[in-house]
Amino acid sequence: MTQPLQAKQVSVSFDGLRALSDVTLDIPPARVSGLIGPNGAGKTTLVNVLTGFQSPTTGSVVCDGRDVSGLSAHKLRRLGVARTFQGGRLFKDLSVLDNLEVTGVGLGLTRREAASRAVDMLDWVGISHLMTDIAGSLPYTDERRVGIARALMMAPSFVLLDEPAAGMSAHEADDLADLIARIVKDMKCGVLLIEHNISLVLKICEHIHVLDSGELIDEGDPAHIKTSEKVLHAYMGTQGDVDMQGAIL
Amino acid sequence: MTAVLQILFDALSVGSIYALGALGIALIFGVMRLVNFAHGDYIAFCVFAMLWPSLDVVAIVFIGNLPWFLLIPVILGIGAGLSIISEILVFRRLRDANPATMMITSFALGFVIHNVLLMFYSSRPKAINLWSNLSLPVEIMGARIPLLQVITIVMTIVILLALVTFLRRTQFGVEMRAAAEDFTMARMLGVKANRVIMAAFGVSGALASCIALILATQTGVADINMGLPVMLVAFVATVIGGLGSLHGAVIAGFLIGGVSVLLQVFLPLEARPFRDAFVYSAVIASLLWRPQGLFAPKSSKERV
Repeated sequence: MTQPLQAKQVSVSFDGLRALSDVTLDIPPARVSGLIGPNGAGKTTLVNVLTGFQSPTTGSVVCDGRDVSGLSAHKLRRLGVARTFQGGRLFKDLSVLDNLEVTGVGLGLTRREAASRAVDMLDWVGISHLMTDIAGSLPYTDERRVGIARALMMAPSFVLLDEPAAGMSAHEADDLADLIARIVKDMKCGVLLIEHNISLVLKICEHIHVLDSGELIDEGDPAHIKTSEKVLHAYMGTQGDVDMQGAIL
Repeated sequence: MTAVLQILFDALSVGSIYALGALGIALIFGVMRLVNFAHGDYIAFCVFAMLWPSLDVVAIVFIGNLPWFLLIPVILGIGAGLSIISEILVFRRLRDANPATMMITSFALGFVIHNVLLMFYSSRPKAINLWSNLSLPVEIMGARIPLLQVITIVMTIVILLALVTFLRRTQFGVEMRAAAEDFTMARMLGVKANRVIMAAFGVSGALASCIALILATQTGVADINMGLPVMLVAFVATVIGGLGSLHGAVIAGFLIGGVSVLLQVFLPLEARPFRDAFVYSAVIASLLWRPQGLFAPKSSKERV
């Protein structure tokens, strides 16, 4: 896919409460973009909108030049827009292999094809040793990696990673950074990284979007974001997230 | 030794019926979060399906006269069909309703089936003679065990193994397990909801017909209330096993069967009429100890 995945003036309201206001952003193909913002900024809501899990109240989502705002998550997935979830959201009673297979079958493969792709994908991500493990028994970080492998089934054009580094050690986050680089380079897949680990975002993203209270307050390359007054204010104005402030300061 | 073997076979055969019932309920609960209280009436319906509708005291056996190799698939088909039809006509429309609404609807559906049977067959229990030679005993290691008990246990094991293979090895099975755990997610990944739910209802209905065949042979009676006690125990077994856990439901079914047979044997004579009170006391104790059930699925921990 040569065109970006776009949110155009997207607003989302829940019972009168505005979760997103007039957000416009592009996720370019085959590059890593970042999405940061304090807790409750609306990051996951934006991911939900971009992947069809939530319809925008107003505005639109454009994929490959086509308005896909009303499409279901499954249809968008078939168009090549995949995602991971904060909690992993794997099928915990199923094996790792079955988790990937279900995705392949859902995307139209036969079971045999799905199984063979799943094996290849686990190998590619470097977790083929987990294949027969029950997903619910995996440690946190492995669960994340299986979630990413599942999202990468059938080589999507875009993948939105919702806090993939949460709970990871510095070393594990480095491995994740390498994996993301390979996703872009080998799969030519556009990545949107939603993260609280700001140093990871600054390190690997070419372009970063900053969301606060449902509004896009700034965007630019890492150098710009590091020195942005608005970004600093957004984070300083909220409690917690010491890590973030530390990374920026 | 002989007595022990006798008790063991009794426990396993009673447990088999409960396990099959619990599995039928757990399968549907898994994909729809619905406790289908009409399940007991599916069982009764399958028994009466072998008879010609009549209000006479004497049963007019109709389909029931078919040779076993035809009768079994026909009755399985009737059970599966009834269950699938109730999904299409009733439960499909309630898919987004809350669990209480679905449960009450299943009660109502049970009443409808019950009253249809009442209308066509009357409320009087009717004697039927299905495979009566199966009640002859066979000798196993010195114990005389009715052949039907042996067949019931063997068939239950075969059914369970077949189901495990179906769920683990087939595309449909994997989809069904995924849907049972996280229906929304499975749907988002492209698992076809209608197909999976219909299959779950079909298998559940077929399990009800297995129980119908066993009960009809065992008791020699067709009674419109005959599914109710099984349904009740099977429901309790699914709760004890951990709602949503298929193997939990099966194990709990066997456990309850085992406990009730043991109580029947070892309770003092004057306490035996109150056996069920003891069984259900054990149920309460089990739930106080593990309210989430003995084998709560991993996924359910997150939902709570």
